[in-house]
Amino acid sequence: MEFIKTLFNFPQVHEWLGQAGYPAVYLGALAGAVLALLIAAVPILMSVCLSPSRPSAAKKAAYECGVPPVGTAREKQMVRFYVVAILFVLFDVETAFLFPWAVAYDMLGLFGLIEMGLFLAILIFGYVYAWKKEALDWVY
Amino acid sequence: MLDLLIVLGKIAILVGCLLGGAAFLTWVERKQSAAMQDRIGPNRADIFGFTLWGLFHPIADGIKMLVKEDLRPRFADPYIFPIAPLLAFFPAMVAFAVIPWGGTLKFGAEPDLLLIPLQLADLNVGILFIFAVASISVYGVILGGWSSANKWSLLGGMRGASQMLSYEVSMGLSAMGIFMIYETMSLAKIAQAQGDLFFGFIPAWGIVLQPAAFVLFMVAAIAETKRVPFDLPESESELIAGYFLEYSGMKFGLFFMGEFIEIIVAGSIITTLFLGSYQIPYLGPEGLQIPGLELWAMGPNFIAILQCMAFLVKTAAMVFLLQSIRWTLPRFRYDQLMKLGWKVLFPLAIANLLVTAILCLLLT
Amino acid sequence: METGTVGAFLEPGEKEGDFILNMGPQHPATHGVLRVILRTEGENVVDCDSDIGYLHRGQEKTAENLPYVEFTPYTDRLDYIAAPAMNLTWVEACERLLQLEVPERAKYIRVIIAELTRLASHLLWLGTHAMDIGALTLFLYCFREREMVLDLFEGFGGARLTTHIFRVGGLPNDLPKGWLEDLEAFLDLFPSRLSDYHKLLTKNRIWLRRTKGIGVVTADECVDWGLSGPLIRGSGIALDLRRKQPYEIYDRLDFDIPTQEEGDVYARYLVRMEEMNQSLRILRQCVDQLPSGPFIGKVPKRLKAPKGELYHATESPRGEFGFYIYSDGGTQPARVKIRAPSFINLQALPVLIRGALLADVVAVIGSIDIVLGEVDR
Repeated sequence: MEFIKTLFNFPQVHEWLGQAGYPAVYLGALAGAVLALLIAAVPILMSVCLSPSRPSAAKKAAYECGVPPVGTAREKQMVRFYVVAILFVLFDVETAFLFPWAVAYDMLGLFGLIEMGLFLAILIFGYVYAWKKEALDWVY
Repeated sequence: MLDLLIVLGKIAILVGCLLGGAAFLTWVERKQSAAMQDRIGPNRADIFGFTLWGLFHPIADGIKMLVKEDLRPRFADPYIFPIAPLLAFFPAMVAFAVIPWGGTLKFGAEPDLLLIPLQLADLNVGILFIFAVASISVYGVILGGWSSANKWSLLGGMRGASQMLSYEVSMGLSAMGIFMIYETMSLAKIAQAQGDLFFGFIPAWGIVLQPAAFVLFMVAAIAETKRVPFDLPESESELIAGYFLEYSGMKFGLFFMGEFIEIIVAGSIITTLFLGSYQIPYLGPEGLQIPGLELWAMGPNFIAILQCMAFLVKTAAMVFLLQSIRWTLPRFRYDQLMKLGWKVLFPLAIANLLVTAILCLLLT
Repeated sequence: METGTVGAFLEPGEKEGDFILNMGPQHPATHGVLRVILRTEGENVVDCDSDIGYLHRGQEKTAENLPYVEFTPYTDRLDYIAAPAMNLTWVEACERLLQLEVPERAKYIRVIIAELTRLASHLLWLGTHAMDIGALTLFLYCFREREMVLDLFEGFGGARLTTHIFRVGGLPNDLPKGWLEDLEAFLDLFPSRLSDYHKLLTKNRIWLRRTKGIGVVTADECVDWGLSGPLIRGSGIALDLRRKQPYEIYDRLDFDIPTQEEGDVYARYLVRMEEMNQSLRILRQCVDQLPSGPFIGKVPKRLKAPKGELYHATESPRGEFGFYIYSDGGTQPARVKIRAPSFINLQALPVLIRGALLADVVAVIGSIDIVLGEVDR
């Protein structure tokens, strides 16, 4: 209870954020996030109170175009989807390195361009490899 | 205390605008599609006989969702199933926290000068925050699809996850040129920088400096919001409704609303990065200054409100464009979508980045 | 709730835990109550089979228990998208069996209605096919134009969908006043609308990607599977019963039979689009040549067919639609067999979706253009 009270004590939260090394502006973002969650949760709770609940076996069956489902949906999935996830991790993390470079590019100048050119060359090499290995194609 | 009140006030405005805007968008979408398809569109819901061009339909929809039976399929995960719509809904709202929607309001005189920037939180990593928060909505899609224990939902969730992941890479890369030019990732600073003029008369908007990035970002944004022609995760004629197939009542409503809020957010991000944010060409801090003409002086608060309106109009236009695409194009196939994302957008975004880097170096 | 099985469908899989998807009977893209059972690996379709019969009403058996004339309204329910084409085939078969003469004027009007039917049917096909591939707007455009055709049906026969528009021996009535003007207004308007559709789809890059090279069937396979209609014409064989064994007045009319070589979804799309154009040509010629005269010939009160058998087929919008009637000399047919083009075309579904992705299944089903009322009979 005490904890919840302090949570709503915004100056306190403000201070925590400051101690944790976050600038004060994060308070707005944090408050926004909390409120957004509340706004999402309230209608769901309201509908729990307002809506009827008369489940039946037919209603609760998984929809499979009007016939009883064959097998379950918890089957092993084709590995293709994971390849995409791995590609994402590879390229998105590498592009994350580009963000600070892009912001500080003006200060880095030619040195920055060459450095990042090297980095991008490695990235593109991996990309070409993935292309050649047909990791980017869906059909195999 | 005043700080807190201001923050809460801004949140109230944002939430009101987003929720109201999303509800309004459902109406806009129906009326827009009706106009494009030679129909009348919704016109039945009435209050005391007034139909108001069908404007009551979103309200009727809301009531219907609230009082509709909320079913959970037998094999659905009891914990993840109800959480997924929340995860799909709230990131879009949070993302809006860092978007500036106007200049700065000024109250009082020097010692107690109160400056209210029309932005909830000016994070110095603004755009990264948006990308980070937007990726949370992937969880809503994939968890919703998986937890429903339905094969169509599962496929939809998988499609959604791979699609959103794939296009996020190109989205980040295509926006990179903007950071390079404005030398910041803070959206407030990007918005300010776009108020400058080139050669004294061309507004320094993102679309002028980075036209290729604008197109790439736009395509990626449509894919991220899962709209036609990239609406594969929920493609009605293939996966029936995709990842939210088993959802009913308000949980479906959250997915539905979340999607519209995402469109608003996508439109406002495009506006912020490429269409000059809240800036009106030639409207400086003192007033309207068209080159070759006399200054037309205006008060700072009047300017802030004008800028706010400009942001609204630009975002609305962007949203309208994003929506009208839905009624014009057929849908991609899955492999074609991935091919476009990885083999076209990604290399083009990298090329755009390199060209921007070289040009920046040559010109400075 | 019992758990479902695939029953006798599909060959047993190589491994346990196959990902079996039931597409249909309640699915937005199976155009009715078709159930397609798919074995998938992620997005790839490994195997497929179709389960039909959800709309079976025993039409062939019904025909055995009704006098010749009284079965005509039942034929409406076969291919309900193109009911007049069904009526036409039945009344023509009866006329041949009973050796009745049909007046010239009735023949022309029949062809007019039959070609309007082709337009209406192809419009519905185009709209739903485009919607399956995600182009929502075209669906409503097509329905707007189809509505005009249905209005014409209504003006002539009183009904829109299940028309019962022809009678054995001729027509129920002559053309109502002003009908021809309405028809001409439609004929003037429609070409521009058709070019609108072309603008929306024919060169749309997404549309091309979604339809080119998908669902390919070669000419030989078409012959082997007994396919007909736009399917076989899309594979390069100019088989059209209006030309091969002309009925009514088709031998006097000047029209082309559009064909394409590729045999894919796009080829069938082009064939059907061009067929709409040719239908317009036929309609114009019919309107110009329309003779005056009686609209129904002499039909005896009690129709009694001579002993014998007969197969009569016409080119319905979906292909070769035929009735085989065996008469034992009574007032009712002893046996009726319906050759339903949708049914026979649908058999080739597994051939058409070899190695396809999930989304292609939808495109291919759309391009076969099935009507379940006719498949299940």
